[in-house]
Amino acid sequence: MKLQINGEHEVIDQEQLTVSDLLVLKAVKMPEMVSVELNGDILDRDQFSTTQLNNEDEVEFLYFMGGGIGAA
Amino acid sequence: MNLNEEQIERYSRHIILQGVGGDGQEKLLNGKVLIIGAGGLGAPVALYLAAAGVGHIGIIDADVVDISNLQRQVIHFTPDIGRPKVESAKEKMNQINPDVNVTTYYDLFTKDNALDILKGYDFVVDGTDSFPSKFLINDACVIAGKPFSHGGILRFDGQTMTHVPGTASYRCVFKEPPPANAVPTCSQAGVFGAVAGMLGTIQAAEAIRYLTGVGELLTNRVLIFDALNMKFRTVKVKPSELGLTDFRESYDQPVCDLRSRA
Repeated sequence: MKLQINGEHEVIDQEQLTVSDLLVLKAVKMPEMVSVELNGDILDRDQFSTTQLNNEDEVEFLYFMGGGIGAA
Repeated sequence: MNLNEEQIERYSRHIILQGVGGDGQEKLLNGKVLIIGAGGLGAPVALYLAAAGVGHIGIIDADVVDISNLQRQVIHFTPDIGRPKVESAKEKMNQINPDVNVTTYYDLFTKDNALDILKGYDFVVDGTDSFPSKFLINDACVIAGKPFSHGGILRFDGQTMTHVPGTASYRCVFKEPPPANAVPTCSQAGVFGAVAGMLGTIQAAEAIRYLTGVGELLTNRVLIFDALNMKFRTVKVKPSELGLTDFRESYDQPVCDLRSRA
């Protein structure tokens, strides 16, 4: 399927894909440290494994970032 | 225009700037901004707001200057090691611009003092380094109806967004703080010093633009940059109904604050 991930168009060679699967595929090391926006809406963390992605979906990964001492 | 001759000279580059002008400069001189944290982000914010002539600047921080701060916290100098950061910051701000009235709070920003402190300010800048603090600042500002700038940096990356009542807040993007065990230790993470300056000056620009009313604020958008490859982008975000009228969780001290806050 075709997805737009963090503003970049990407073709993922899979027909079925959840948000959790995508986090694994994109090698996001700590899913607890990312907030996911799907087509403009922020998902709850417990929706990651149940939310199926569809062709042309727009996905944004927004990472937790601390401050001056790099608290994350 | 109620500016005196020296002020007209000092602020001439703002006064001739279309969109700011003498009226905008007067608004800055009458403005009150609270900076929470006198570290990597707070340092450039404090320097630029003082230089711009923001009339009243509050700065709160409970830490003292450490040698490891000097790589990025540009308001503190080597002889300041061991001094309270707020004291060191105030001294530099007054030297840049004696027009500016600086109030220091050598204290932690907590849910017990948050609303009292916020009362006196028009705009708040989050320059803190921990997630509990960021959620506390968000919640306090939402409850008090105060606009604020969120800022976060990590390694080579930075993110910032501005909240004014009715627009998306930090909690609309990051619903809850991350679990404490997901946070690696400070020494593993690190931060590229110039990133603090890049992000802090964006936050200072937001405060100045809020006070003067010039341009379009960074609301309902998160600005993200990657200084390793020097790429900037903004992500649109929506306000959600938070129903936030009182403080939520306990805002516990996070892993990274144990050393400095003990």
